[in-house]
Amino acid sequence: MARSNKPIVWSLFAAGGTFAAFVTPVMIVITGLALSFGFLPPEALSYERLSGLIENPIAKAIVFLTIFLPAWHAAHRLRITAHDFGVREDGLVSIVCYGLASAATVIAAYALLSL
Amino acid sequence: MSRNPYIRTISSTSWWLAQPRYIRYMAREVSCVLIGAYTGVVVVGLLRLSEGAEAWAGFLEAIQTPVSIVFHLLALAFALYHTTTWFNVTPKAMPLQFGDTQVPGSVIIGAHYAGWIVVSALLLFLAGV
Repeated sequence: MARSNKPIVWSLFAAGGTFAAFVTPVMIVITGLALSFGFLPPEALSYERLSGLIENPIAKAIVFLTIFLPAWHAAHRLRITAHDFGVREDGLVSIVCYGLASAATVIAAYALLSL
Repeated sequence: MSRNPYIRTISSTSWWLAQPRYIRYMAREVSCVLIGAYTGVVVVGLLRLSEGAEAWAGFLEAIQTPVSIVFHLLALAFALYHTTTWFNVTPKAMPLQFGDTQVPGSVIIGAHYAGWIVVSALLLFLAGV
């Protein structure tokens, strides 16, 4: 049987889609809107608090998943959606989409390990 | 005598504007652009955090600019659309059966929404709301 990377990208799409469905809306509220709309006290996102929190390995793992899973979900869906918009260069599209997801994964891992 | 076959011309780039159903499909698919872009913002935030207090303060300032607020509101709208469309197909994506009884789709969907509320409330609590 021919080897295919389909099961890998598909399982990341499914896991990432589920993770994004549960976690992304509230994360957008917390990291993107809470300060501007005053849901959170300014010290909630202070450097002191977050740099302390991120030292915990469990916190590192959660932040890594928050980046890794939605990134690969979005990459796979964008690749398929490009076809729906009439872009037929799947090879190039795959390189760009999965390349961006890989970059996000590597940068996240690097930043978390250096923290 | 043969006639030319009838070929219906469908635009490969704008076909989805033809029906509300197709537009809803594309809105669901395009949610990935906003989710991907937001993930990029998180990556940048993480980098700024790793660079120290000053870089982080700059990131917090950037997050509160009007452009950022509009982006995050748009991202939130598409993320919520992703959540509802994702949950609503769960009975088809992973049907549950105990013995001979099929778990009703509404129960599977409802459980996802209940779990979503718990996860969201927990994360808001941890964030300090």
